[in-house]
Order: sequence, then structure tokens, then C-alpha cells
Amino acid sequence: MSERFPGLALGEGVRTGPAQQWGNVRLVPLLRSAPVPRLRLHPLVAGDLVDDPASQDDGTCCLVPHAYVLTWEGDTAPSASYGTQILPPRSPAPRRAHLDLRSRKARTAVRGRARFLPLDLAVDGLLSLHAGGPSVAWAEWSRATVHRGLSSPALTTYLGGEIEGLAEALRVFEIHPDQCGVVVHLADVLASAHLYPHPEDYRALHAGLLMDMFGESLYMYGLLAGEARPLYTPIRERGVRTLADLRERVERSRSDTLRAHDDLMLSSLTGGLHTSGGSRDFGGAGAPDPRERPFTVRWLVPAFARGGVDHVGEVVADRHGRVAYLKSLRLSPAQSRRGRLLRVLGEAGWELDRAALSLGTTRSGLVDRLERARLSHLLSPGLLAEHRAATRRRAP
Amino acid sequence: MTDTYADLLACEDLLLFASAAISSTGQREFHSGAAEQRLSLEFLHEYVHGTHPDLYALALALHVNDHNAAAIVHRLLSNPRTGASAGERARENALIRRRLAEMPPQRVYRLFARLARERVNNRRTRATMRAWIAARPNLDLDAVKYRPGLRAAARHARVALPEEVGVFLFSPPGERRRHRYGSPLLRAHGRAHYSASDLYDLPYTVAEGFAARHRVPRGVFLEGVRERATRAERLRLAGTARRHGVGAGPDPAAAPLLRLCVYVLSLPTAERRDRRAELEGALAASALRAAGPAAGTWPRTAAVLDDSYSSIGSPVRRHHPLAAALACHHLIRALAPDSTSHWVSGHTDPLTVRPAGPTHLAERILDALDTGPARVVVVSDGHDSTPPLLADTLTLWRRYVDPDRATAMVHLNPVFDADGLGMRPLSPAVPTIGLRDPRTLPSLVELARFGEGRLGLSDLREHLRATADAYLEAP
Repeated sequence: MSERFPGLALGEGVRTGPAQQWGNVRLVPLLRSAPVPRLRLHPLVAGDLVDDPASQDDGTCCLVPHAYVLTWEGDTAPSASYGTQILPPRSPAPRRAHLDLRSRKARTAVRGRARFLPLDLAVDGLLSLHAGGPSVAWAEWSRATVHRGLSSPALTTYLGGEIEGLAEALRVFEIHPDQCGVVVHLADVLASAHLYPHPEDYRALHAGLLMDMFGESLYMYGLLAGEARPLYTPIRERGVRTLADLRERVERSRSDTLRAHDDLMLSSLTGGLHTSGGSRDFGGAGAPDPRERPFTVRWLVPAFARGGVDHVGEVVADRHGRVAYLKSLRLSPAQSRRGRLLRVLGEAGWELDRAALSLGTTRSGLVDRLERARLSHLLSPGLLAEHRAATRRRAP
Repeated sequence: MTDTYADLLACEDLLLFASAAISSTGQREFHSGAAEQRLSLEFLHEYVHGTHPDLYALALALHVNDHNAAAIVHRLLSNPRTGASAGERARENALIRRRLAEMPPQRVYRLFARLARERVNNRRTRATMRAWIAARPNLDLDAVKYRPGLRAAARHARVALPEEVGVFLFSPPGERRRHRYGSPLLRAHGRAHYSASDLYDLPYTVAEGFAARHRVPRGVFLEGVRERATRAERLRLAGTARRHGVGAGPDPAAAPLLRLCVYVLSLPTAERRDRRAELEGALAASALRAAGPAAGTWPRTAAVLDDSYSSIGSPVRRHHPLAAALACHHLIRALAPDSTSHWVSGHTDPLTVRPAGPTHLAERILDALDTGPARVVVVSDGHDSTPPLLADTLTLWRRYVDPDRATAMVHLNPVFDADGLGMRPLSPAVPTIGLRDPRTLPSLVELARFGEGRLGLSDLREHLRATADAYLEAP
């Protein structure tokens, strides 16, 4: 059911632009030759869009990115969208998770208009979505974690605003007129990629990157590394005699640099990813038959190869498979381990013994692993207690 | 050339200092904060004053901006050079007096108040203060408008003031208001404490305080005080006045070029388009005035102007780099009527430029060179998106395409780079000079010749002396 992700096979109207760097942050713009027709950010998300897409009556769909915190019409409190959603304009509120406003963390997330959820909720939600496994009770999980705030010592994500230098790099970044997205490299490690259907959408959410999530290792990179050098392919000196020669060399240097970036620095995103199925709730507005839907939402699931670089994310593609919306996030090693376990469990049909067999371990070894990966809440309390008692008995 | 390596370095240091003193005002910029700017600038002053004390004062003649002129005067007064010859001392004194006479009074009073606070009380300082205050045309106005500054300076340097002004400045509030003044301005100040209708005889900045105290509505106040506001104040208040529906706007044609450009950029693009004829006429007239006798004397010139997003400047210097570029466009038009302009974004209508988009200077500079000009002027903050590509392009152009220097290129940078402690250059092949007010463009292009390394310290010293002499002799 999974297929190779065709998305960032740039060239179908999307290409990378010349990078800009500030400190150790490198931002590479994603440019579109033309905006994706009939898809815009939901006007509630982008409160300051110049033209209100809902006012156009040509069947334009509206996009609500995953984990955005909004106050919907008719609601008294803000809530977070659960999974990226595509809605007709002026539609009733979609599937959403209400937040517990008693927690300080949730309150700070709500101030302002469109925000990301507290990170750990968002990432864990995304991971469990990807695994497609036994549906982890999102609402309860969320409430429990919100109550405790950041109590977990293994917290693995950071806000973009906490990453050294990212705020400044975003502030001084010069947005291209036809820019619809950005690829963020921290200390030349691909951190995340964002792509929207329309330049206005990107402009509205450019600063929102600060509320995005980044893995722990990227936070460390942000602290440690020095300056990112500009990407540049040296001009060949020989044979330059006229201005036309020089102009041709400049053009070649620019295109070589872009190609080198796409081949070397984007490969972990464009290479190993797989999309996995659009679920029943997702799809276009008002078309019951999936083939009729103008847009489909799919999740990006990494291959979870040992030692590889894993990205998760969501992608909205149109009927021809062109990417209209993309958001990816590089996982920290702990999250990768968690994702690998979930994947094996999913493939084994959630049977512990089969999963243990395919991992080359025993049933209790697998439970150990799940516990270490902080996934023990997936197991029934009885099984867990039994396992812990057995471990204690075995210990001297 | 007889210059040693050290001389070349000294030459570079001086140019760097001149550039920084011309462009930076110690305020926040797009890429660096106010504290960094001030720290770096302070260091440069300290360094040049320490290493080239004889040349430090001469910078006053070089169109350095008022902020730095005040800093130089402050340093010369509070830290006088020992062992200068009588002739040099006289020249320094003359430069100080001349420069203070040209500076806006609020800056001079701020400088005097600082000197008083720091208890700098040597003979030169006292003489400077006395001479400057004696030359003020209307001390009543100064007493009302710049009261703390005049008070501090008069007390510090024991300046004899007219009796009424003395009473106004130095008596306790009750007595000050009760005193029967002969001067209508001082009388009005006393009355304005009690009656809102009397505050319109006062200067705008003073009247504003009284208006707030009497709770005069903003629209009524602006209407009444219009006659008393200075031209710069009227230009600055144009937007507020329009919001309150107050009378006709300011007359932009009379404004100096840079201020006019800042005003134009503050207008929405739609309004700029509606008032195209008026604004373009005003810009051209102002540019002709700024060019003065040099108008039409330049050879064929191409301007490369940066309108990337970073030219928006900072909240305290809004649109400053873009305004400088726009002013350069019009000034170069006036200096060389057959010039061409190339905006970085590819925009072709100078009236509706806005700061947006990335900085790809290399292509635009090649476009400019394609027109075969004798001179290329690049106005940019120097933050290209791919700096090494730009640097290499310009170096290769100089080395292979134009080794005979048929085309001169100069980079004018309106932004001081505090982190790099200098003006951010484009390439070693192109001299970079600071820019604040484009009126000084001709002399800057003159100065930039020293940055190419072909003229040495002795030439620069000669140039500075000659500039200073010309500055002192000018009417």
C-alpha cells in the first residue's frame, strides 16, 4: 500500500532557488512557476492574506495544516486540527482536538491566531498517525501530556524559536516573489521542508516556522556549529574575455550550485521517503468518490532503515500527483527508534510474537524495547505488570 | 609610489573611518542592533583619534554625518591633542566652529549638555560654546525650544545672556511665569501654561506638550500649529495631518532630496501612482538643486540600485537604504542625463519601488556594464545572497574584461556593518565608500579613488588638507 514518494522530484513547477544563510542556518527557497490552482490556506489560518480565497466562488479548497491551533466559528475555545485537512471554504469546523487551557504550555500556544500545538503532542500524534496502528487515544493522550507539561526527560523536540539563530535568520531572509516554500538546513543538516500552494500562503506562515518543531539533535547543532558557508560553485577563469562570457559563467555557476544542492543536500528527503495511504476522512471537498477528489492528503513515512536519516511529514497532492503542500520534519534518533518499532508492529499486524520474531528478539525483549522507547502505554497494563514482575524475578 | 605597506594600511583605515562616519548614525540597522553599531563606531573613533590625531579633525570637512561630527567635536574638545602646532590648532578650531555652525541646533545643544555633564571645562570648550551661542540668531526661541541645552551650556561656560533670557532660564517656575517679558515669545510661553489658545505662538515641539496638557484634540492642534512647524516637521506630519483631515499637505518640491525620497517611500504605491506628475517633478527639481553646478557634467553613468528586502532598513531608519538608492537614481539622472538605472529586482519604475525580494547583484551589474558606461555606481548594503559569486564576477571582470579601467566602478554603501567593523564590500576589485546623504555623491566618488590602492597616504593627506581648506574658505 506504500509507494515511492514522487513529490520533490522537483521540476513539475517546483524548483529550489539560491540559498541564503545567516549564522549556521541555511534557508533554501522553493519556487513555483505558477501557484497551484484552487487550493489555498484556510482564511482562518492566514488571517492576513491579501485576497480572501473564500470570496472566490470557483470551488477553491481550503487547507488547514496539521496541529494548527485555531478558534473555529461556534467554538468558544481554540482547538488543534488533527491531521492536515482539506475543506470547502466556510465549512463547519473539521475534526479537531480541544486543548486543556489550564496548562501553561497550551495557553502560550494559543495566544495569537494560528499556532502549532505543544510539540510533543504534535510529534507523537504524527508518529501514531503514520504507523496507522491501533488508534492511540489521541484525546486522552493529549490531555494527560498537556496536564503534565514537559515532564518527560526524553523530550525530543524543540520549538523553532528555541533554535539558536533561526529567528534572526528568518527575519533577515529575503523572500522571493514566487516563493512558496522553504528548506531549512541547520549546520548543513536538512531539518525540515515546507511547501504551500500559493506565495501569499507562504508569506503568511513564514514567521510561523518559529513555532514549528525540530528534533533534539538539531537543537544541539544550532548551539554548536559555526557559520554556514555560502553555496557556490567557483567560476572557471579560463577563456573569460567578454561580458557575454562572464554572464554565461555566472549562469552556469548558479545552476551548478542549485543542482549540487538538490542532489546532495535534499537527497535524504527526496530519496528514502514513502507515502502511505490517505485515510477515510481526508480528501477533497464534496466528492465522495476518491478518484473525483481534486486533492489527497498523504503521510510521509520514512523507510526507517538502520543508520538512515528519517523524515516524517504530510503531503497534499493533486490529481496528477503534483505536490501542493508539504511539511516534513527530521526525526531525532529516539523518534526514529520509536518509529521503527511502530512500523515493525504494524507489519506484524500488532502481534507481539510475530514482531519479536522479525526483530530477532524474544517477546520480553520486545516489551523491553517498547518500554525504553516510551511506548509502553500501547500495551495493556496487565501485560506490562506481568513483564515487570518477571524482570524483577530474574534480576539477582 | 613611495608609500610603505604601513602607509597603505593607514590609508585604508582612514577611508574605513570616513565611510563609517559618513553612513552610520549609531542606530539600529537591518542586520545589526543599535548597541553593536555604537560599539563599533566608538572603537573606530578611538582608533583613528589615537593613531592619526593630525587627520582626525580633518574628517569634519568630509561630509561625515551630524552624529559623527558631534562625536568628533566631542573627542577633540574633551581630549585635546598635546603638541600640535599653532597653525594646526587654529585649523582644528576653525573646523569645529564651522561644523557646529552648520549642525542642527538640537544636536549642538545635546553635545554641549554632554560636555557639561562630563565636566569638560577647558578653555577651548568654553570658547567654543560662547562663540556658538553668541552667533545664534534668536536666543529667545532657543530658550523656549532648547531650554535644558541652553541652560546647561550657559551655566557651564559662563556665557553672558540677555537679561530676559537669563531670568527665563534660571529663575524658579513661579517667578519665571510672573516676570513681565518684553519678548512676545517668552510671554507666550508663560501664558500657554494657562490658556490653550496661546500655545500656537510657540514652536511646534513646545506647543505639542502644552496641547497634551490642555487636552487639545489632535486635528485642531495640527491645524493651528501648521504655520509654526518647520518644513521638516510638516513633511513628517503629512500622514497624521491627512488622517485628521487637516488642510493641504506639505510642499514636497522644497524638501531636500533624501528627505523627499523618505517621504515618497512612506506613501502607499497607489497614491504614488496617482500623484506621479507632482512627485516626479519634485524629485527631479530637488535632484537638480542637490547637483548644483555639477549637473550634467558626469560622463555616461550606469547605476545599480538595491531594492531587495534588506533595503527596508530598521524601524528607526525606515526605508533608509532604499531612500538612499532612490535619491542616487535621481541625482545621477541630474549629473549625467544619459544615465541608466538598474534595480536589483528588475523593477523599472523608480517611483513605485518597494523593498522586496532577494539580492542578486551580479546579473544587474552585468546588465549595467552592457550599456557601455564610463562609470558604474552600485548602491547596496553589500549583503548579496551569494557573496563569493559576486566577488569573483567583479574580480574577473576587472582582470580579463576591462583591465584598462575604461569603466570606473564604485560601491556606495548606506549601511555600516557593525559585525565586520566597516562597510561590507562587494569585491576587492571595487572600492566601497559609505553613503548617507546623496548630495555628497560627487565628493564621495572623488574619495573612492583612494580605495583602489593606486594612490597612497601622502596623496590622501594632501586631499584631506585641500578639502579642509576649501571647506573653511567656502562662503
